[in-house]
Amino acid sequence: MSDRASHLRRLENESIHIIREVVAECRAPVFLYSIGKDSSVLLRLMQKAFHPSTLPFPLLHIDTRWKFRAMIEFRDETVRALGLRLLVHTNEAARAEGVNPFDHGPYYTHAMKTEALKAALALHGFDAAFGGARRDEEKSRAKERIFSFRTANQEWDPKNQRPEFWRLYNGRINKGESIRVFPLSNWTELDIWQYIMLEEIPIVPLYFAAERPVVERDGSLIVPDDDRMRYHPGEQPQLRMVRFRSLGCYPLTGAVESTAATLPEIVTEMFTARTSERGNRLIDRDEKDSMEKKKREGYF
Amino acid sequence: MDGNALTDRQQPAAQTDGAAALAAYLETQRRIGTLRFLTCGSVDDGKSTLIGRLLYDTKLIFEDQLASLERDSRKHGTTGDDIDFALLVDGLEAEREQGITIDVAYRFFTTDRRRFIVADTPGHEQYTRNMATGASNAELAVVLVDARNGVLTQTRRHSFIASLMGIRHVVLAVNKIDLVGFDQARFEAIRAEYEHAVAEFGFQSLVAIPLSARYGDNVLTRSDRTPWYDGPSLLEHLETVDIGDDLALAPFRMPVQWVNRPDLDFRGFSGTIAAGTVKPGDVVAVASSGRTTTVARIVTMDGDLDEASAGDAVTLALADEIDISRGDVLAAGEAPVAMADQFQAHVVWLNESPMLQGRTYLFKLGTRTAPGSITRIRHRIDINTHEKLSATDLRVNDVAVVNLGLTLPVAFEPYAESRDLGGFIIIDRVSNATVGVGMIDYALRRATNLTWQDLDVDRAARARLKDQQPAVIWFTGLSGSGKSTIANLVERKLHAQGQHTYVLDGDNIRHGLNRDLGFTEADRVENIRRVSEAAALFVDAGLIVLVSFISPYRAERDAARERIGDGEFLEVFVDTPIEECRRRDPKGLYEKAYSGLIRNFTGVDAPYEAPLTPEIHLRTVEAVPEVLADRVIEALRGRNIIR
Ligand SMILES: Nc1nc2c(ncn2[C@@H]2O[C@H](COP(=O)(O)OP(=O)(O)O)[C@@H](O)[C@H]2O)c(=O)[nH]1
Repeated sequence: MSDRASHLRRLENESIHIIREVVAECRAPVFLYSIGKDSSVLLRLMQKAFHPSTLPFPLLHIDTRWKFRAMIEFRDETVRALGLRLLVHTNEAARAEGVNPFDHGPYYTHAMKTEALKAALALHGFDAAFGGARRDEEKSRAKERIFSFRTANQEWDPKNQRPEFWRLYNGRINKGESIRVFPLSNWTELDIWQYIMLEEIPIVPLYFAAERPVVERDGSLIVPDDDRMRYHPGEQPQLRMVRFRSLGCYPLTGAVESTAATLPEIVTEMFTARTSERGNRLIDRDEKDSMEKKKREGYF
Repeated sequence: MDGNALTDRQQPAAQTDGAAALAAYLETQRRIGTLRFLTCGSVDDGKSTLIGRLLYDTKLIFEDQLASLERDSRKHGTTGDDIDFALLVDGLEAEREQGITIDVAYRFFTTDRRRFIVADTPGHEQYTRNMATGASNAELAVVLVDARNGVLTQTRRHSFIASLMGIRHVVLAVNKIDLVGFDQARFEAIRAEYEHAVAEFGFQSLVAIPLSARYGDNVLTRSDRTPWYDGPSLLEHLETVDIGDDLALAPFRMPVQWVNRPDLDFRGFSGTIAAGTVKPGDVVAVASSGRTTTVARIVTMDGDLDEASAGDAVTLALADEIDISRGDVLAAGEAPVAMADQFQAHVVWLNESPMLQGRTYLFKLGTRTAPGSITRIRHRIDINTHEKLSATDLRVNDVAVVNLGLTLPVAFEPYAESRDLGGFIIIDRVSNATVGVGMIDYALRRATNLTWQDLDVDRAARARLKDQQPAVIWFTGLSGSGKSTIANLVERKLHAQGQHTYVLDGDNIRHGLNRDLGFTEADRVENIRRVSEAAALFVDAGLIVLVSFISPYRAERDAARERIGDGEFLEVFVDTPIEECRRRDPKGLYEKAYSGLIRNFTGVDAPYEAPLTPEIHLRTVEAVPEVLADRVIEALRGRNIIR
């Protein structure tokens, strides 16, 4: 990217600045690596921020054990190829109790994601956690800070956030408190795709359209990924050309119908897109203001 | 919905679906720059409608969002059967009512000429703080007025804050022009009044546009309902306005963020270039030491660069091994950056707890964080009238001109020249909250010109003569807790051993040096500041100083510790429950305080913040003063302060 003034270049510089600031000011940062496209972009930006050094912090993946297999393969291959340090954490207690996305709805997300994340952060004593969230993802995120402050209980206290000026971030915390950091705050979904294309960043193949077995349920296209899938009476997976715009647990993440099998096709599809990215995530439909609530509890 | 808002020019080229179109699209997207702007206006001026309209008309709205917009418009809209664009942007007022601190919401849209980041700030009482936050990263401000109301006090205030934060480009959006019958005279009158009102702010560009956010007139395209207006539409102006702030032409400056040291063979200095351009071979000077060297390489993961300039996040490898750490600033050799520790600055106070003169805060400027304090409030500024007012403290949303003293010199530039090296935030040392923000006007004296008189007889020499290690023993506790009794016993014991001591307590300080101070929070802070300064001088003289003061605030005791130096400061917590103090009541003060005759009495109607980790913790209900004094003596021996 040689065009100095280009907005992607400006975004890249801004993100690198934020990433370095965290490493300079925080004792024990960690990257909450979610394997998705935003995480892939963030990972590339981190490499750029520290080159020729390697990442001075580990990756943490909160594994619900319901991720697409292709995601886990991609994760392990990325870690191996780039020589990264990866920590994987699962809420084993909830898993042993059989908590699953079919029977437990919102509680599943709470236990396997929110609680698991909090436990892992506390276990390792991380004081800063990078996440790949963007402000354009959802209306309520438009107001999120780049450094989002969490209390000692890892709660997001909406009354106690710090105003952010210029490029000056306040990363000072008392013992037990922590910060979530979002270096991609000012990126849009289209920026992410353009950057992936320009930088040739590897992403999970599920983002590309292919014929996959699909079950249509409440308007969402579910792609069963293993034999734990629970079918409703009469449901029969059918092969359809689909791809994913965001990735998560397979029973909770809807695919979209698409023939975009290459990056240029995806980008082309992007600006003719008819639905917003999060519309495909079942997780947000649980209740109104759900993002707000989850955030308050400590989910991203 | 009105038809004139929807045009074809914003249709992405790629809808024609050809590979060539995609390539062309990507090529433009790659080249276009960003404009960050701020919208300001009072409630109901049409800010949300305008932003919603921009997002909608530039096709940033997806089908699912549109469906819910239509649904919501019918349910909550204020526009009858029309789409209420305001609903596209989350109302920030609701959160405000819940007490949630939302200072800014950011929205994004793009055209084929520019990409835009809009900072949208909620109104009402926190407006100064919120607007200042949004303005800090904005290059342009869109100031909305309702054509029916014209220029109001708020309009002036918004423009003042914009100029305070260094915004040089303004659009006066005269909204709801439909409600004044698209009247040219009305528009011209508002424009003239506004130009007059902001003349002193020296905006570089000021463009007034008559518009209707609701119906789209002059938002994307020029409206034929204002044939008399021959200026650009709002979007045309935003797409083309030259913000001309070419930082790349200024002398090179880069605050060092992080030292990049993967192995013994490589040492690089990472940072974002604040100003200027740098090339391998350029001479650079380190601000703190004045040492110079040359740039060997500009290292990035995409290969070494021939050149980098303002805004670039890079890593510089230098030709010589010189001492540089985070907080240092690398600057062009021929135009070194100045260092100073005393400044005049404009500040905006952001926190509910007031700013106290003399209290130690942390100041973060560039990548440097230094302790310091506001040594004097020159005047507060009334943001509506711009009148100068006198003030002894600053409350939330106050704007003031102050003198600022840091405990160490920092590299800086006036804010007018560099946002990066002239803008700072103020951090509370206890809560770590960002409590204030400031802009350096100029240095009051250059630290580089200041050389301490080199005294042959120094502190070590004085202490040697007395055969002791100077120190401050700081007794803190409630009134009547036994501080003075114990301090006096300790002094007697030290004296008997031939140590040189001095006691600072309320009696000899409050009656003399601090005669002018009362018991308000601000005065208590100043009281302790002076005591710590006096103690520091006595330590310098080689004495063991016993300070016996209630000193109720942790922040002040910590500041004293910092002033004196950790190794020479021992905090003694004289811990006596308030019931016991009240029972003892040696001077009859508690009785008066409880009966309301004395106000601001620590422990009664003023707070006492107990030390969290005192060096010595004395519980007076457990032992007699004699025994407690011996414990202090032992602790001094343990620390090699006395033999
Ligand atoms: N007639 C007319 N009404 C407008 C215009 N712009 C906004 N409004 C209306 O003014 C009211 C307040 O607008 P809103 O965008 O919510 O104001 P905000 O508080 O500044 O965000 C709403 O009922 C809008 O529909 C305009 O240009 N013309």
